[in-house]
Amino acid sequence: MLRFHRRRLAAFSVALAAALAVSACGSKTGEGDDTGGVTADTSGDTVKVGLLNSLSGTMAISEVTVRDAIMLAVEEINAAGGVLGKKLAPVGEDGGSDWPTFAEKAEKLIKVDRVAAVFGCWTSASRKAVKPVFEENKALLFYPVQYEGLEQSPYIFYTGATTNQQIVPGLDYLKAQGKKSVYLVGSDYVFPRTANKIIKAYAEANGLKVLGEDYAPLGSTEFGTIVNKVKASKAEAVFNTLNGDSNVAFFKEYKSAGLTAAAMPVVSVSIAEEEVKSIGTQYLSGQLTAWNYYQTTTGAANDKFVKAYKAKFGADKPTSDPMEAAYVSVYLWKAMVEKAGSFDVEKVKGAADGVTFEAPEGLVTIDGATQHIHKTARIGKIGDDGLITEVWNSGSPVKPDPYLKGYPWASGLS
Amino acid sequence: MTNLSPRTRVWLGFGLGAVVLFAAAPALLTDFRLSLLAKYLCFAIVAVGIGLAWGRGGLLTLGQGVFFGLGGYAMAMHLKLADAGEGNMPDFMELYGQLDELPAWWAPFANPVFALAATVLLPMLVAFGLGSLVFRRRVRGAYFAILSQALAAAMVILLIGQQGTTGGTNGLTDIEGFFGYDLDDPVNQRMVYFIIAGVLLALLALTRQLMHSRYGELLVAVRDSENRVRFLGYNPANVKLVAYVVAAGMAGLAGALFVPAVGIISPALIGIVPSIEFVIGVAVGGRAALLGPVLGAVAVAWAKTALSERFPGTWTYLQGAMFVLVVAFLPGGLASLWGMVRRRRERQPDATVPADGDRVLVQEVAA
Repeated sequence: MLRFHRRRLAAFSVALAAALAVSACGSKTGEGDDTGGVTADTSGDTVKVGLLNSLSGTMAISEVTVRDAIMLAVEEINAAGGVLGKKLAPVGEDGGSDWPTFAEKAEKLIKVDRVAAVFGCWTSASRKAVKPVFEENKALLFYPVQYEGLEQSPYIFYTGATTNQQIVPGLDYLKAQGKKSVYLVGSDYVFPRTANKIIKAYAEANGLKVLGEDYAPLGSTEFGTIVNKVKASKAEAVFNTLNGDSNVAFFKEYKSAGLTAAAMPVVSVSIAEEEVKSIGTQYLSGQLTAWNYYQTTTGAANDKFVKAYKAKFGADKPTSDPMEAAYVSVYLWKAMVEKAGSFDVEKVKGAADGVTFEAPEGLVTIDGATQHIHKTARIGKIGDDGLITEVWNSGSPVKPDPYLKGYPWASGLS
Repeated sequence: MTNLSPRTRVWLGFGLGAVVLFAAAPALLTDFRLSLLAKYLCFAIVAVGIGLAWGRGGLLTLGQGVFFGLGGYAMAMHLKLADAGEGNMPDFMELYGQLDELPAWWAPFANPVFALAATVLLPMLVAFGLGSLVFRRRVRGAYFAILSQALAAAMVILLIGQQGTTGGTNGLTDIEGFFGYDLDDPVNQRMVYFIIAGVLLALLALTRQLMHSRYGELLVAVRDSENRVRFLGYNPANVKLVAYVVAAGMAGLAGALFVPAVGIISPALIGIVPSIEFVIGVAVGGRAALLGPVLGAVAVAWAKTALSERFPGTWTYLQGAMFVLVVAFLPGGLASLWGMVRRRRERQPDATVPADGDRVLVQEVAA
C-alpha cells in the first residue's frame, strides 16, 4: 500500500510540474501586454448585440422591464434599416441576480457570440463584477441605471444618472424648500452607503443637519424601529435610498406612524413608476422622487416611446427612468457607430464625444471624457394615479461629474 | 473491467481522470469553456469534502459557503494587496473606506505564505471551534443543519455591513495578478486550470485513503449508529469533528482557487443559497460514492450554464425539474446509474457484494 501511495504521489508531482511548465511562458503582471480584445463578428449581414439582465432571482422584476425597453429599441432600429445597413440580432443572457454569473455571461457574449456591444446590468455589484471582463476583452458595455458615481471605466458607457445629476439636485431641491435637517434611510449595500457619504459631505457644506442614518438589510420588511427613530428625530425631510420590497414595508410603517408627505416629505431615488405600482399609491401619494425621466415627461419623443412601449407590452405597463435610459443607450450606440462608420470598439469610443440623441427625456449628449451623458435632472411628485409629475427641473442638461470634481465640498470623497 | 483487481481499477480510474482533465479537456475546449470548467472543478472540490462529511459521516453540512468564503476572501485579500503594490491600499478601500491606513487585520495577508496557509487553516480553525462545541453537545440532524445555515447568513451580513474593509455586496473584484502572473493572459488562465485539476485529483486520492482507512470505517459506523460506536469506547464527537474540519479545509481551498479562476469573491457566493447549492450538487451525483459528488457538482454547474444559455427565460424551471427527477428516480444519484444499468444487464437483482465498498454504500443510500 505504501509503495502504491508513493507512486501515485509521484504521478501527481509530475502532473503539477507539467502544468507549471506549460505556464512558464505566461506573461507577468505589469509587463504591459496588448493581448486580449476579441473582435466582434460583423462579417454577415446581421450584427449581434448582447442583452445582459437578470431574468430570474430578486432583481428580475426590475431588470425584465429594462430588457423589454432594449428589445423595443432594437426592433425599432431594425425596422428602420438597422445600423450601417446591418440588422441587429439580439442575444439574451440571464444574469440570475448573481454577480459572478453576470461575469460569466458577459464573457460568453463577448467570446462565444462575439457581440458588437452589450446592454444591461442593474446593481452596482453586477457592474463591478463585469467591469474587468469588458476591460480585459476590450468590449463595450452600456449601463442604463442611476448609480453612486466614482467610476469611469474606458469600456463602459453610463447612460443613467451619476450623483450630480440625481442626488445633488435632490438635495438642492430640499434646500431650496427651506429644509434644515434630513434623516437618511437606506438598504445595506454599496449604492446607499456611498450615496449617504456624499449626502453627508453636501450637508456639512450647506448647513443641512443629518439627524440620523439607518440601514436595513436588502429585502428587510421590519421598519418599526427605524420609523420610530425617524419620527423622534423630528427631521424636516427623509432621504430614502431603500431598494425594492423594503419600500413597501417602510412606507406602510411611515404612514401608520402618522408621518405625512406635507410635514416630513421623503425623497426617494430608487422608486420609479413600476415600483409605485407595487408599493401602492395610497402610501406614496405626495412623496418626492429624483430622476431624469418620468412617464409624464412632455415632448414628442416621449409620446412616441410611451405609445410604442404600451402597444408592445400592454397598456397597464408604465415606463420608467432606467427603461428610458436603456432604450436611449441602444440609440446612442447606433449614433456612435454611424459616426465612426465602423463597429470597431476603439473607433466607436473615439467617435463618442458630442454624439447626441433626441431622447424621451429630452436632448442627451455623450461626454467623451467621462463616457457618461448630459441629462436633465427632474424632481417629481407621486400622484394619486400612480404617475409621477415633475415639480422642478434643472432647465438644461447637467454635465456629468462622476467624481464630483466640480464641487468643493466633495473634495475629500475620492 | 470486472476482472480487474480493485487496486488496478483505482489506478486506472485516476489515470483516466488525469487524461481527461490534463489532456482531453484542454485540447477540446476553448479558453472560455476551459475557464468555466475550472470554476466547476472548484465546486467539485467543495463537493468532495461534503461527500466525506455528509455521505460518509451523515453530517448535513448546509453551511459550506462560509468556509468557501473564508478561503476565497483570504486569497482575494492577498491578491488585491499584491495588485495595489506595497504600501498602497486596495482600490475599493480608497473609494468606500475613508481610511488613512490599511486595517490591522488586512496587513498579514500581504504575506503570500500567511495568505496561502490561511485559505486552508482559517476555515479549518472555524470548523474546529464550531464543531467541538456542537458535536460534544450532541447536536445533530436538523439542528446542526440550521446552525450551519445561520452561520452562513451571519457571515454574509457581516461582510455586507463592513463595506469599507470588505467591499460589501460588491465583494472583492477586479483581480489582475496571481502571484506575479497576469490573469488576463490565456496561458496563465490555463495554468490556473491545471492547478485546480491537480488539486482536485490530489484531494480525491486523499479522500479515498481516508475512506478506506480504519477512520473511514469508524465514520460510517458513527453515521449509521452513533450510540453503538460510543458503547464500543470511541468518542463519536471526535470522529465527526475530523470529517467536518477536513471538509471545511477543502471548501476553503476551493474558494481560494475560485478567486484566480473567476476573478471575484462576493457575499453572493457564500450565503444560504450557494451553501444549499453545494449540497444539491452532491445529492445529484450521489453522496456516498467517491466520485459521485464530483460528477454531481460538475453536472449541476454545467447544466446551469448550458440551460441558461439555451433558455435564458425558463432555465430555472428546467433546472428544478432536473433535481426533482434525479431525487425521485435516482435517489443514489448519478453515481448509482452505472450499478443499476449493470445489474439490469446481468439480471442479478441482488448484487450487494461487489468488490469495492463504494457501490455498497450507494445502494444503501438508495434503499
